[in-house]
Amino acid sequence: MRVTKDLVAASATPMVLGILAEGESYGYAILRRINELSGGELDWTEGLLYPLLHRLERLGHVESSWQSVAGERRRKYYRITRSGLAELAEQRRQWDTVVGALKQVWRGSGEIRPFTAIPLEGPA
Amino acid sequence: MTAMDGQSGLEAQFAQWRQHVERRSELQRSDADELEDHLRGSVDELMAIGLRPDEAFLVAVKRMGSLNDLSREFAREHSERLWKQLVLTGGTDGPVVTARGRRDLLAVVVCAAGAAASVKVPELFGMSFERDGAFYATNLSLFTLPWLAAFLAWRRHASRALIGALVALFAVGAVAANAYSLAEDSQSVVLTGIHLPIALWLVVGLAYVADDLRSSRRRMDFIRFTGECFIYYVLIALGGGVLTAFVFGTFEAIGISPEGFVSRWLLPCGAAAAVVVAGWLVEAKQSVVENIAPVLTRLFTPLFTAVLLAFLAALGGSGTGINVEREALILFNLLLVVVLGLLLYSISARDPLAPPGLFDKLQFALVVSALVIDVLVLLEITGRITEYGTTPNKAAALGENVILLVNLAWSAWLVLGFVRRRTPFSAIERWQTGYLPVYAVWAWVVVLLFPPLFGFR
Repeated sequence: MRVTKDLVAASATPMVLGILAEGESYGYAILRRINELSGGELDWTEGLLYPLLHRLERLGHVESSWQSVAGERRRKYYRITRSGLAELAEQRRQWDTVVGALKQVWRGSGEIRPFTAIPLEGPA
Repeated sequence: MTAMDGQSGLEAQFAQWRQHVERRSELQRSDADELEDHLRGSVDELMAIGLRPDEAFLVAVKRMGSLNDLSREFAREHSERLWKQLVLTGGTDGPVVTARGRRDLLAVVVCAAGAAASVKVPELFGMSFERDGAFYATNLSLFTLPWLAAFLAWRRHASRALIGALVALFAVGAVAANAYSLAEDSQSVVLTGIHLPIALWLVVGLAYVADDLRSSRRRMDFIRFTGECFIYYVLIALGGGVLTAFVFGTFEAIGISPEGFVSRWLLPCGAAAAVVVAGWLVEAKQSVVENIAPVLTRLFTPLFTAVLLAFLAALGGSGTGINVEREALILFNLLLVVVLGLLLYSISARDPLAPPGLFDKLQFALVVSALVIDVLVLLEITGRITEYGTTPNKAAALGENVILLVNLAWSAWLVLGFVRRRTPFSAIERWQTGYLPVYAVWAWVVVLLFPPLFGFR
């Protein structure tokens, strides 16, 4: 099962902001983290990630800086800002609404699979 | 393969990949850095699970997806990058560029101010635009072009010898314009007024190619520079016209007439300074926008060809000869200049390695039809001159006609050879750039020798 492109795109912003809320990070690590979280089901490309990071930076939700951590290459690190945290909270609220509504619909429409059977975490 | 080999091979592959990335206008240097870091991360991980360096590189690049897709995504976020902006004081790419841009800006301000001031200097000696028309007609180019040449020579770090030559040539120009006392209504004043700017513009060319005087490529660059400079000048003049209109409109609305200010300060100083500014803009923007002169050439070559062919057909059909008055001679000279310009600017923009195409054939038709017309005119003229004797105007026009004719005839021959795949394209380019000194020599001959030759008529 692969998640459709539209859904990946729609969830892209909260995903990246959420990961950056865990701590500052750089492109490659963010992509790996997404892979890890979704068990490889979310098909993210560099063409999606980097322009998105640049857009978030332009909007002021993240800020970036080139840093060289000892023993490693110089990298562009991204850090979430205060406005990014606010945006994340807003996105979360919206996603909670959508997910909540979907859960109710699926529970009401004859229970194809009981909700509890849906694994919350992907196969790691 | 040793590990060492694998590592250096990998670095070479990274370097090659970077070149591809940096060629994309959508991707800036910092994006390339970021993507390279990503690619390296990917390669490291793949090598950690046992792939050889070259395998790891291939897989990592493949995973990143095609550069086309990648740059399309970047373009969607950074659409402004597709519109190249003219950065007047250096880019954000590095402090060196900025410092250089600033120094350039300072130099151009100094030179433009110098040009503007030079126009006003003669007034200190009691000259005025209204009364001393002849003086201004012959000296106008001497007020502005030295400043442009100075700016270019400064930018190119011209050698002392070259700077000396430039100063000497401008001095000769100044002598030619003022040593002969020419009557205001003499033909020689008009001739000097036309030919001195040409001669001095080619001196500016000398400053332009300061780094490599004999290089055909640099001379071609100067031809491009000339075309773009002209177009920028026209654009600046249009903007100046709008500014002038507003100066008139707004000040007259409050009862102050700005006419004196406009005609004595704004117009002459603006026009002089604009020459330097136009030259600087062309220098600064080289890669910012597509060169306009070749685009116009593409548009007008077919149209001019059609007009000339139609003219020839009509001439053949009507059976009457060309009525050669003095105006007609100048008109046909200008026609040759335009045809030569069309030829030059399409050469300047052409990929020298591309095979001959329809456009080259069209160009051949254009040059040949212009030649046929010109030969007809020339026959007519020589008849006239042998009959009535010559004047400076006729001699100058005739000389120019012959110069252009020789150029175009040999160009036609070369273009024909190129279309038939006998001569390489570079032969045409070399012919045109090698011909530049001929124009210079002729312009100087008209300026320096014609007045005494024709008794200052």
